Amino acid sequence: MQIATAKRSYRADEALLTTRPQRVWMGILAATLVAAPFFLDNYWLYLACFVAINVASATGLNILTGYTGLVSLGQAAFMAVGAYTVAILEIRLGTPFLLNLVAAGAVTALVGIVVGLPSLRVKGLYLAIATIGASFILHFIFVNWTQMTNGNSGLSLPPASFMGTPLTSYFQLYWVFVPITALMVLGAANLFRTRVGRAFIAIRDRDISAEVLGISLLHYKLTSFAVSSFYAGVAGGMWAYFFRVVTPESFPFIYSIFFLAAIIVGGMGTILGGILGAVFMTMVPELLRFVVDWLAPVIPNAATLLSPVRTIVFGALIIGFLLFEPKGLAEIVHRIRRFFHLWPFRK
Amino acid sequence: MDWLFFIEVSLAGLGSGALLSLTAIAFVLIYKATRVINLAVGEVLMLGGYLFFAFAAGLGLSAWVAIPLAIAGGGLLGAVVERGMIRPMLGESPIAVFMVTIGLGSVIVGFVELVWGTDPRALPAVMGNAPIFIGEAYISRKIAIAFAIAAAVILLFVLLFRYWRGGVALRATATDQAAAYSCGINVPGVFSLAWIIGCAAAAGAGILLGQIGGISPTMGVFGLSALVVVIVGGLDSVAGALVGGLVIGLIESWAGTYLGGEYKIVTTFGLLIVTLLIRPYGLFGTAEIERL
Repeated sequence: MQIATAKRSYRADEALLTTRPQRVWMGILAATLVAAPFFLDNYWLYLACFVAINVASATGLNILTGYTGLVSLGQAAFMAVGAYTVAILEIRLGTPFLLNLVAAGAVTALVGIVVGLPSLRVKGLYLAIATIGASFILHFIFVNWTQMTNGNSGLSLPPASFMGTPLTSYFQLYWVFVPITALMVLGAANLFRTRVGRAFIAIRDRDISAEVLGISLLHYKLTSFAVSSFYAGVAGGMWAYFFRVVTPESFPFIYSIFFLAAIIVGGMGTILGGILGAVFMTMVPELLRFVVDWLAPVIPNAATLLSPVRTIVFGALIIGFLLFEPKGLAEIVHRIRRFFHLWPFRK
Repeated sequence: MDWLFFIEVSLAGLGSGALLSLTAIAFVLIYKATRVINLAVGEVLMLGGYLFFAFAAGLGLSAWVAIPLAIAGGGLLGAVVERGMIRPMLGESPIAVFMVTIGLGSVIVGFVELVWGTDPRALPAVMGNAPIFIGEAYISRKIAIAFAIAAAVILLFVLLFRYWRGGVALRATATDQAAAYSCGINVPGVFSLAWIIGCAAAAGAGILLGQIGGISPTMGVFGLSALVVVIVGGLDSVAGALVGGLVIGLIESWAGTYLGGEYKIVTTFGLLIVTLLIRPYGLFGTAEIERL
């Protein structure tokens, strides 16, 4: 049982990991992530890589929506910008892949700033709709700027290569994607210990008060868009190296909804929430596949039902979480932690 | 420039514009009364088309029975959704409620795909095919009839808002909920009413739209165009929905004909962003004043 955590300095109060159990669990998590690829088969490695990409992007959206309070339905379009940047750099210049990923983030951050411009005049739902508009316009650009994007047929790119070795297997990609994602999540967690992150939270809680306190809304709202799009861009770049074909249809509007759903299900405005939500929302459709396989002998055309059932479950998860657990999975984890903290006294 | 062709294109644009207006009214009604943007309007519209298909083609009912049944189905869905999902969310942030309706849209799409499959279908025709000429300009009979019906329904709505007690109650609730309450207006009842009428209107628009272009589970995208209409026109303005619908219908039709089909959606959304930058609350919308 733990009574309290005594903190003697601001530094200790601000630390990311404050208690011993937290450090132990983080250690276990890190060890699991390192050990996992040696035990997982190819299918699960594929899923792990895909989850890593989605976690990176969802964390980015969480910075914008969860922490700054600017709702965006354009995350998938931003990812597409990153994916196209990586594809074009890889095909035309053949620059090293880490550089390409950073460039993808930078280009997407610029696009994000432009898309974020309306956020200065409108907010809430209007902004969400403006980002829908922006994502359709980006889609139009991907289809019609054929010299760069090759239109509807899209671009196929060679695998990322590291010191001359092409990274083709999921085992190799795992060692690239998971560390990058971990770094990005760590970066996001640290962001909210800084002046910039605090400003984001102030804007979310009450933008007018924040402005009165001397926080420049213009500056920080656009910064938030830039940071969030940077995350989306890097995630999109990883996506490009993962699937190695980028077409305008790769990033449909529903994928943007997926990310918003992920941070809602996970818990808005918590780092843990972004991770849990992305993992959960990526895994549930996959688990449905097992359910369908299992039902196949009982129901004749179970396989054709998979896609509609996934759509229903996707919607039902959003509705269910918003109605019954608006703070998301992170809150459930929190409750479990509290249970153990208070254990003998409250059950 | 071929003027006759231009007029024909414009007439077709006005036809689809009237449908956009009708769908936009579904948004406006619900938003006005409950401050919820129902992003599932497009999906309710699609469901309306499929319900008509089920009653008319599946059960073999005559169109005169199937149409009211499908519209009532839309209304029933609205009632259930309002009572089961929207009212428990009262007081939550608008974004949360907005996301609930997105989830609802997804559930409806999945349900329709589960029951009727993903292939597009044609609706049993009830309108006939003989073309109509206005002067020398040709216009498809279906579009002309859809325009007429949509216009009639919208006129009916406008009159109802003006003269019917329920319409007055709705406007009172939209203006000031607390004051409406203290005047003895049944505010929760008005909420239900707005959702029922809104979803019924959307379902009706779905039947009309299905008559013109057939039905498919992806038809809900039409709702996004209608959303642009309400943002351009102003979220809480019936007049805005009317004018916005016709304007967007015309512009989509012109862009689709003279620039190419792929320009349709980009023009609409371009217009949306320009409007947001110039008049954030739409052409006829009320600007919200924020105080600390």
